[in-house]
Amino acid sequence: MAAFIAKRLLSLIPTLFIVVTLSFFLMRLAPGGPFDLERPLDPKVMENLRRIYELDRPLLAQYLAYLSHLAQGDLGPSFYWRDFTVNELFARALPVSMRLGASALALALVLGTGLGTLAALRQNSASDRAAMSLAALGITTPLFVIAPLLQLVFGLWLGWLPQGGWNEGAWRNSVLPVATLALPQTAIIARLTRAAMIEALRAPSIRTLHAYGLPQRVVLLHALRSAALPVVSWLGPAAASLLTGSIVVETVFGLPGIGRYFVEGALNRDYTLVLGTVVVVSSLVLVFNLLADLVYGLLDPRVRHE
Amino acid sequence: MSDARPVSPWAAAWRRLSRNRLAVAGLCVLGLVIAACLAGPQLSPHPYDRVYPDYVKTAPSPGAHPDAAEQAAALERVAARMRGKVTGSAETGGFVRVTLESARPFDERLITYFERSDAFGPARIVAREDDGRRLILEAPVKRLTFLLGTDSNGRDLLTRTLIAGRISLAVGLLASAVALLIGVAWGAVAGYLGGRIDMAMMRIVDILYAMPFIFFVILLVVFFGRHFALVFAAIGAVEWLDMARIVRGQTLALKRQEFVLAAEALGASTPAIVLRHIIPNAASAIIVYLTLLVPKIILIESFLSFLGLGVQEPLSSWGVLIADGARNIQGAPYLLIVPAVFLTATLFALNFIGDGLRDALDPKDR
Repeated sequence: MAAFIAKRLLSLIPTLFIVVTLSFFLMRLAPGGPFDLERPLDPKVMENLRRIYELDRPLLAQYLAYLSHLAQGDLGPSFYWRDFTVNELFARALPVSMRLGASALALALVLGTGLGTLAALRQNSASDRAAMSLAALGITTPLFVIAPLLQLVFGLWLGWLPQGGWNEGAWRNSVLPVATLALPQTAIIARLTRAAMIEALRAPSIRTLHAYGLPQRVVLLHALRSAALPVVSWLGPAAASLLTGSIVVETVFGLPGIGRYFVEGALNRDYTLVLGTVVVVSSLVLVFNLLADLVYGLLDPRVRHE
Repeated sequence: MSDARPVSPWAAAWRRLSRNRLAVAGLCVLGLVIAACLAGPQLSPHPYDRVYPDYVKTAPSPGAHPDAAEQAAALERVAARMRGKVTGSAETGGFVRVTLESARPFDERLITYFERSDAFGPARIVAREDDGRRLILEAPVKRLTFLLGTDSNGRDLLTRTLIAGRISLAVGLLASAVALLIGVAWGAVAGYLGGRIDMAMMRIVDILYAMPFIFFVILLVVFFGRHFALVFAAIGAVEWLDMARIVRGQTLALKRQEFVLAAEALGASTPAIVLRHIIPNAASAIIVYLTLLVPKIILIESFLSFLGLGVQEPLSSWGVLIADGARNIQGAPYLLIVPAVFLTATLFALNFIGDGLRDALDPKDR
């Protein structure tokens, strides 16, 4: 098992390498730079700035320097947030995004599997149809519509929750962002669970358990184990879409997470910050895919890894 | 055996599709949205970029503007500019008769302010009293309707939403075309050639698959400018992966079939076989995926525009309008709701059509 994980972790490195290389040259080949202000800087100042940030060296040398720093876990100094390194910025921003994403994923898993199971047990009933229509709505409505609508209804009209801001992580401030992030995931997980559950309940193994006269609760648990497989394989893409969602949610609700840093960094041509975000986000997505594979192996003996 | 006539596969698929109520509803909604976006801006009395400074954030209403309160306010503004005060006004038959008073005689050239206001036409002096310190003027009242209200700059929201729809739909279609071209070519070539070339090509797809795509699109758009054409090229350039996988799968199945072997035996060239035999036979899978790709791309474009990275003012797309609405939910929630409804309805319609097409074209179902 440990050897398998180590091998899989090593296989992430080439992918990450390609991601870094592509983003690095994409950014550098584009016109414009981080110090192009509306009022051009004095050439001397510009020269000094470029020297401090090592932008005057050949592109290939910069690239190799970035790679060697990255290998030591150093994401470099931020170009826009002077006096801060990207690592320092992420040390503050990552916990915010991770907390939002983890809460949303946990909420979506509980609600989604619950709703999906209920819908599967009462297949084609009115409650099944209602749940699935709601799921269709949750999947189709974009996050950037859901977020301001929730803000409007719960923040403005009802006044139950704050409209935005992080407020040092007070729970009242996280309710709307987490709900926004969780809604589409809940819908997708509910759909996956329902389809898998319907199939699992028809499987001979489950029929046999019924025939033995086991209580419904126990039979359901067995069915859930095999119905959980598609949900588990969704975890990787879910991580990616939660990270994408964090861009919207953090922008709308004004939260200090990495999604917002990414957009601001891109707008300010903060090379290191943008590159750092891409590296961190890609690693998170890759690691999540790996985790999903491992859990999949735990649940399904047929694909268990040696 | 009442109907034994042979039916072509496309006709059969169409018959199945037309029995699917959701898909038909989707087709109707989509048709309506497209027709409105194409014809609406021409029929609308308001150009999409015309600013009406007197009607900022006017709420949606079927009635004409100005109403009594707006008219009084507009008169006050005009009077203030003419350095006077309104002491009386009455409206008869589309004309308003106003009495203006001032401590000093009026500069009569200033009555052009009536024309410049959004509420009145050119004014005419009916009478001068008190050495020109009191004027009685008559001006036609301009009647404007803003069915869905105006935005924070005073532009007609309905016209803007329809113009935005044009952009959103155009980006959706064009970017899908880019993704279609790359994906179909990539998948068909990989699948048909097979072997090492296939492995290498699909390995590239796998690697690209693991990347956080939205982040790449944002990178592309930010660093290479926010031009309309670039937006869809960037989206299309990263959304072809699924298409490549689907087409490759189809190709692998098709190339073992007799008609392809026959073409090979007849000495047809590889490009000819791919173009003439493989791609047309994979068409149903391609079409199904395409209808699901278009809403996905519209969504990405709106997302970029929402972040301010997509289409730029005064042009707009639904994402731009939703972003504007999100900034103005405090006083004018309809600014958010109107474009959100248009976008969501279109996405729903496209998804239903895609699902319906999948059921109609799926050979396993026949």
